[in-house]
Amino acid sequence: MSGMQGVKHVILVLSGKGGVGKSTVSTQLALGLKELGYKVGLLDVDLCGPSVPYLLNLEDRDVHQCDEGWVPVYADQEQKLAVMSIGFLLKNRNDAVVWRGPKKNAMIKQFLTDVCWQDIDFLIIDTPPGTSDEHITVMESMRSVKCDGALIVTTPQAVSIEDVRKELTFCRKTGIPILGIIENMSSYVCPNCSECTNIFSTGGGQALAEFAEVPFLGCLPLDPKLARLSEEGQSCLKSMPNAPVSESVKSLVEKIANVQLKV
Amino acid sequence: MSSIPEHCPGVESESAGKESACQGCPNQSICASGAAKGPDPGIALVQQRLSSVKYKILVLSGKGGVGKSTFTSLLARGLASDINRNVGILDIDICGPSIPRIMGVLNEQVHQSGSGWSPVVHQSGSGWSPVYVEENLAVMSIGFLLGSPDDAVIWRGPKKNGMIRQFLSEVDWGNLDYLVIDTPPGTSDEHLSATQYLLGGSQSGSGTVGAVVVTTPQEVALLDVRKELDFCKKVNLPVIGIVENMSGFICPKCKVQSEIFPPSKIGGGAEGMAKEYGVPFLGRLPLDPRLGKSCDSGEHFLESLPESPAAKSLTQILDGLISSVENKMETD
Repeated sequence: MSGMQGVKHVILVLSGKGGVGKSTVSTQLALGLKELGYKVGLLDVDLCGPSVPYLLNLEDRDVHQCDEGWVPVYADQEQKLAVMSIGFLLKNRNDAVVWRGPKKNAMIKQFLTDVCWQDIDFLIIDTPPGTSDEHITVMESMRSVKCDGALIVTTPQAVSIEDVRKELTFCRKTGIPILGIIENMSSYVCPNCSECTNIFSTGGGQALAEFAEVPFLGCLPLDPKLARLSEEGQSCLKSMPNAPVSESVKSLVEKIANVQLKV
Repeated sequence: MSSIPEHCPGVESESAGKESACQGCPNQSICASGAAKGPDPGIALVQQRLSSVKYKILVLSGKGGVGKSTFTSLLARGLASDINRNVGILDIDICGPSIPRIMGVLNEQVHQSGSGWSPVVHQSGSGWSPVYVEENLAVMSIGFLLGSPDDAVIWRGPKKNGMIRQFLSEVDWGNLDYLVIDTPPGTSDEHLSATQYLLGGSQSGSGTVGAVVVTTPQEVALLDVRKELDFCKKVNLPVIGIVENMSGFICPKCKVQSEIFPPSKIGGGAEGMAKEYGVPFLGRLPLDPRLGKSCDSGEHFLESLPESPAAKSLTQILDGLISSVENKMETD
């Protein structure tokens, strides 16, 4: 785990369900922590559907080799946000990675051992949905590196909550502390008449947090501007600080920063 | 199943029988000899079991949460609305099965019978009257095998593949016309296994297997869905067409439509992607919160809200899809 030696805190972003906003939360959390002055790494272990390079507007970038291993892609000039994803290794952005488990596991192990993160305060690991190869491999590697815990992302509706309950069981069975649950896509404000609609129901994340007795870290409203911003690799805290979604992101970033300071 | 070691590299792997995980496995010597590398005997079993099924439709998407399970349920219910069609839904999302909830059979269990597992039989029409109503929509999911909704299936690929093989070869579907298969996101074990078993070495599944690819309009979804289309090309799986879900939201108060998941300006969204890959575009399904609610409660959306814009779009999409599939069957 040579590449991980300088990493102070590791945070997993998990969800049993796909398309709930794991990568959006991961990138906004990473950008937000960077805004607070921390050095951050972001590792994307979703090998079949990597979204992080696109969401940080880094799709044209490549990783390079150095004596110690892989040099991650830096999202900024000051080199305070380092990023690694299989997306940087594909020749064409539309190429499918048609791999079974063992090959995926080998790649993830390499990501965890061969990337020179250098001294960073936080390593955020963005994961694919499910409780299978990628998750088991990351969790096993966490035995030699201390993992601070997992952030669980969900959307409010029952179909999503159902899969997320399985992810909570995964964390409990594998001994990963649960930092809390975030409810994404909570409500949508009509840009025309300002009517608020709960498109994907409401309250599911909070109810799940109470049921599972884990902290509830807040709701992120559905804001198409956030998606647009992410595509430019911008922190919503910087570009739209007064939007309700930015206030929720700010509170999340501060909670994570505080949790880590106490540890 | 329990005899498979947790870190089994898989019988097709170069290191089959040679990894530390293989130590003590009863199949180690067979795997190490390379004998297991030949064609999976499961392929013949699946082919035989499903030989009478007229058409098998895989519902795929590289991206999660775009509505694969929702569309699977709508397609199956649409097919089954014709009482002359016998329809089955197979849910091969092993880690996150959603079909039991969406089909309203959340607390059902499957039963072992002499000829394999009997799938949960879902009656069309209202209520349960197993004796008198035509039974033409059957469902199978790992959800029926779990003791509690909190149970997680923490399995690596080989175990998931074994389960999928069992699902495809040991479910007692009776006389099926259509099998609709709901998949997890990605291009990995579940997808490779399902296509290998269904295509069975033939180049295109002899015209009885096809994929419907579901996406949402925004680029971050299309990015993963193009990978799925690339996957279909690589494994010679014919694509019946692409469905765009959650395209546009009509505010219930002012009735003005807004783009919640806006398509990127360049490329033309899902329709543009369909053109680029030379596959049919089947249509757009608008974002209707009532559709999500009916999935949560397991209701039949087309029956409960037939006049909604979503239901109308859906009917068009299903008509196009079903006639394209049936034409294909006639020409083959």
